[in-house]
Amino acid sequence: MSQHMRHVPGHRRFGLPFWQASTLPSGEKPLFNYRRIWVKTVLGMSIVALVPLVVMTLFNLYQYDKTLAAESTFPVMRLVSDTQRTIEAFLEERKAAIEFVVHDNDFAALSDQGRLQELFVRMDVAFGGFVDLGVIDETGKQLAYVGPYDLHGKNYADQDWFEQVSQRGIYVSDVFRGYRDVPHMVIAAKHDKEQGGFYIVRATIDAALLTSRINPQDGNSRSDVFIINQGGILQTTSTRSGKVLDRYSLHVPSPTSVPVVKRVEGPGGRSLILGHVYIADTPFILVVAKQHRDILSGWWKLRATLLTFLALSSAVILIVVVAVVTFLVEGAYEADMRRTITVHQMEHTSKMASVGRLAAGVAHEINNPLAIIGEKAGLIKDLFTISKTYAADERLMGLVDSILAAVERCSTITHRLLGFAKHVDVTLDDIDPAATVKEVLGLLGKEAEYREIRISLDAEDGLPKITTDRGQLQQVLLNIINNALDAVKDRGRIDIGLASYRHDRVSIVIADDGCGIGPSDQKRIFEPFFTTKKEKGTGLGLSITYGLVQKLGGEIRVDSELGKGTRFTVLLPIRPARNTTGQGER
Amino acid sequence: MRILLVDDEHELVTALSERLEIRGFVVDCAETGNDALDMASKNEHEVAILDVKMPGLSGLMLMERLAKIQPGMRFIFLTGHGCESDYRACEQAGVCSYIMKPVKIDSLVERIREAAAREKGS
Repeated sequence: MSQHMRHVPGHRRFGLPFWQASTLPSGEKPLFNYRRIWVKTVLGMSIVALVPLVVMTLFNLYQYDKTLAAESTFPVMRLVSDTQRTIEAFLEERKAAIEFVVHDNDFAALSDQGRLQELFVRMDVAFGGFVDLGVIDETGKQLAYVGPYDLHGKNYADQDWFEQVSQRGIYVSDVFRGYRDVPHMVIAAKHDKEQGGFYIVRATIDAALLTSRINPQDGNSRSDVFIINQGGILQTTSTRSGKVLDRYSLHVPSPTSVPVVKRVEGPGGRSLILGHVYIADTPFILVVAKQHRDILSGWWKLRATLLTFLALSSAVILIVVVAVVTFLVEGAYEADMRRTITVHQMEHTSKMASVGRLAAGVAHEINNPLAIIGEKAGLIKDLFTISKTYAADERLMGLVDSILAAVERCSTITHRLLGFAKHVDVTLDDIDPAATVKEVLGLLGKEAEYREIRISLDAEDGLPKITTDRGQLQQVLLNIINNALDAVKDRGRIDIGLASYRHDRVSIVIADDGCGIGPSDQKRIFEPFFTTKKEKGTGLGLSITYGLVQKLGGEIRVDSELGKGTRFTVLLPIRPARNTTGQGER
Repeated sequence: MRILLVDDEHELVTALSERLEIRGFVVDCAETGNDALDMASKNEHEVAILDVKMPGLSGLMLMERLAKIQPGMRFIFLTGHGCESDYRACEQAGVCSYIMKPVKIDSLVERIREAAAREKGS
């Protein structure tokens, strides 16, 4: 029976057979709803595999995000405080230098152009960055001046810084252009004379020096470090916000003496990390701006890598889950299908066996009375032949001969029935294939006769005998010829040809001029339960035929054209191969 | 030629024996195995025609017993069943012929003559 099942995988050609299978090919309900099992298992396995992966990845991303947000402010904070110290030290040094000059020299010495020149050179050597040095009296008039510009005798009484220093004693100015039209800042110190009144020592520092001092040391830092005053005017050149004395585009940050870092929306909607601090005793606010994007570029890369990994591994998991589940469910479905096929075949086999036993029993029971009729009629004939009275009576002799002929006909039928009754195992005999075909035609001949179907048998001369199982070969031929009879119309024809095939086989070709089989059906006719005969067929005939031919070590082929006819070719080995002979060989 | 005909069908035995007698044979009829053994012990038969299936002693068992009484006896079996295992068993036991019922009288006569012509004990 196993041979029949080789067709089952053929269903695979039509996609996933279990997907549409509300019924098995046999028409039975499947044991399980395979579609639901598939969906549930795929979903279950996917969830179990994917949820921890997704949760872990998202949790990691969240943790990284948090850590990174904290860490992104830290370098800005550090840069602000480092730069703050740098600037404060820079200004303190210069303020101290000027205060020292003021305290160490009396007014007369400072008013002396030569002495001032001497002091300026010493200061510039010691600290650097001084552009000029001047001494101004209480009326605002510049009494002495050392520097590159001709500012001797200029009056600063109406300038803002002059008023500031008069009031405060020491003063650091904003950056401004002033008379010289170059951005610069002023550090001035007031000294009260003993005799009343005061004078001011004023030094100018190039604003460019301030810019160079606050620029970050590491070249690849993307931070923008600059100074604005409290009026929002840039005091140093900023790489992104503009040049010295341009207006700062963002809000002036609120006063603080310790560095503060915030995340703000910059121009163009870009997120900025902004750090600032007010420089004590000056109008300066130190600002460090860093594009959030720059800080996050590494983070984006990491996130992209993680998400790509998540996507790829999810895809792999899904593919594997779908493949494995499909494989398993398909296996279960096929096992289920095989189960029903086996059950059906067993039913069929046992039905055939019962029919066979019944036929054999009937044949046996009939044979005995038939033998009595035959002998009695034979005896009558014998007696008539001897008797002088009846020997010449043709009518009586004719009647007896009719009885004997009828007995002969009956015995042919009972002998055939007995011959078909029991053939379970392969039992090998040397068989004349032509004679076997004739025997089968003897069984089916009547139907063909009634329907006027012409059956021709053309056997090659010198056809060898084949060693095979008579009963099974008979069943094969019976099934195929029966199908041919079903396929042809009344007055159709069936041609049977027998010939040697490649010296070791015999081919039996059964061709009809019936309705034919479509190309798609041709692939399936040997599958169990496939039938084109609607209610009439079980769909098992050709499947069993296929199995029997395989059991006999042969091959079966079909060629057909719709509307023109069908040709079955059975190739049988003259001598069976060792592994196909079987259990029945004695 | 003397023949022993054994079959449980009375009608068959009477008709067949008469037909054989018409053809020149001397026929002893028996409808059971025991009758057949009795007859075999009284007369010598060249050929025995036995039914395969009979109540009591079956054809094959009867053959064994008869062969002990008359070692030269040749056997022809008649069967209504044509069962393959019976056929093989008969073949192995050296039965001369195995004929399905109903028989044609001419072919039966031919088989009897063939059997009788065989060497004794074969």
